[in-house]
Amino acid sequence: METENNINPTGYDDVRPPVVHTGVIGWIRKNLFNSWFNSILTLIVLYALWKIIPMLIQWAFIDGLWMTGGAQCRAESDGACWSIITANFRFIIFGFYPQDSQWRPFVCMVLLTALLLVSRNRRYWKKPLGLAWIAGLIIMGVLMYGGVPGLERVESDKWSGLPLTMLLSVFGMVAAYPFGVLLALGRRSEMPAIKTICIFYIELIRGVPLISLLFMSSILFPLFLPEGLTINKILRAQAAIIMFTAAYIAEVVRGGLQAIPRGQYEAAESMGLSYYQKMRLVILPQALKIVIPPTVGILVSAFKDTSLVVVIALYDLLATAKSTLSNPEWMGFSVEAYIFIAIIYFICCYAMSNYSRRLERELETGR
Amino acid sequence: MSKNIVQQNETALNTGPIIEITGMHKWFDDFHVLADIDLTVQRGERIVICGPSGSGKSTLIRCINRLEEHQQGRITVDGVELTNNIKNIEKIRMEVGMVFQHFNLFPHLTILENLTLAPIWVRKTPRAQAEETAMYYLEKVHIAEQAQKYPGQISGGQQQRVAIARSLCMKPNVMLFDEPTSALDPEMVKEVLDVMIKLAEEGMTMLVVTHEMGFAKSVAHRVLFMDFGRIVEQNSPHEFFSNPQNERTRLFLSQILH
Repeated sequence: METENNINPTGYDDVRPPVVHTGVIGWIRKNLFNSWFNSILTLIVLYALWKIIPMLIQWAFIDGLWMTGGAQCRAESDGACWSIITANFRFIIFGFYPQDSQWRPFVCMVLLTALLLVSRNRRYWKKPLGLAWIAGLIIMGVLMYGGVPGLERVESDKWSGLPLTMLLSVFGMVAAYPFGVLLALGRRSEMPAIKTICIFYIELIRGVPLISLLFMSSILFPLFLPEGLTINKILRAQAAIIMFTAAYIAEVVRGGLQAIPRGQYEAAESMGLSYYQKMRLVILPQALKIVIPPTVGILVSAFKDTSLVVVIALYDLLATAKSTLSNPEWMGFSVEAYIFIAIIYFICCYAMSNYSRRLERELETGR
Repeated sequence: MSKNIVQQNETALNTGPIIEITGMHKWFDDFHVLADIDLTVQRGERIVICGPSGSGKSTLIRCINRLEEHQQGRITVDGVELTNNIKNIEKIRMEVGMVFQHFNLFPHLTILENLTLAPIWVRKTPRAQAEETAMYYLEKVHIAEQAQKYPGQISGGQQQRVAIARSLCMKPNVMLFDEPTSALDPEMVKEVLDVMIKLAEEGMTMLVVTHEMGFAKSVAHRVLFMDFGRIVEQNSPHEFFSNPQNERTRLFLSQILH
């Protein structure tokens, strides 16, 4: 190995930056104390943290109660009453799903999580994974719905809690994404009929709040169906979420398509690629990569928006937690319940944005 | 570069025309960008098109592979007429390679993948064979060792050589060059021109829009001068540069050959 000094093609001496500009001290100076205003802000924030954090720890952990009843919580301590979570854990997570069958949604969630984790790795994005998803879907459907020998039938109006949230959001996102991409392509199509339909659809959906779409899907839509024919309520809510999310994804993807230079289209065309090949092999891979950050923004908010299904009397995770609070024994411990729910939502959303950053890094090709 | 490429391949010509353009007009809205173009290109012929900017020279060669649509007249490439028939257009594009001013490599694919994309998807060549062909052409443009890199990681001159190799992988009968050296740093122009000269020596039919008059003199069979969307003058390079007929040609040449 060569010594440090003689690998220097420029012929000039290598000069290191001054120490005060590098390392921990350099970072602190640059980020926290780079002006008098910033220094004051830093000090104020430090003081506030010093006051708040001990209080928080006192409340949550030192005075917190974990395994008691609601009455004890009220009587014995000023701290957090985490007992509301531990005592109602099964109801908050699984809702009205029959107690002795709750292993079934549990297995579904494990299966779904496993599939999602495997799908994180782009090397597995091949046919077997697609088949695994299809198989997983069928297994999940059978497990949740039952009705086969050995599994008692559970009507879908009993599906609630975390499994419902996960089903609505995962399948909402998985279906909305390709639908949104198609809408974006349609909106940029040269065929006037397709273009008009897509513009009309996107603008109509984006001009309406999700809540009204959910109401429409649950109240208005069945009115148009022939007598006797009903479509599952969860399915209708799912459709509303997909339709809504797709319209937003379409606009983001359209932005990505417009950011691709015309030369890329021309190069693809000049080699004889068909429209489908050009889009699939050249344009979309680039456009979708550019719009990863805003797309994930939409998917994250779509995930959180699934909690709106409460307006059509579906009990998702947030709703089951809320109904625990209406139990007189646990009334008044809403902070603890909501913190718990917030943590679950945060874990999911953070995983999504974390993954999107990883995907962006992997797809970086030094353009 | 050899002075007598033109003579070498003279015999290769006269095997019939490969591109025939008759009475072609094109408008951008009201702007008459190409007017009454008649042009016949023989197999193996090399044509350099020059002219002031906005004269329609790029548009002319872009009409040949239908990146631009002409509104009047006929364009026939290798016996196939360019119409709205998408099958004909795709057929012609398979036979006609194009090299762009800004290279237009696909930044999300490696150099090798850039070269194999069209052969695999359009010509349905098996991957192994497509990669073999790709490596052959990469060797030829002296860039084989970069095959696994991405376009963003190599220089402009290298990118343009890759772009030429990419077109060649489709085994085209005609190559169109749209100002291939205009976006390059001066020290990279020669490496690209050298590749083009080599291609010329092998008898490729070439239509080149360029301001490189040295290239025109040594490689072209014919030089076309365009102005205001018309072919104003065409001649052999020797005649064209030593004895320009048209006033506008003389003015143009005096401006670019200081």
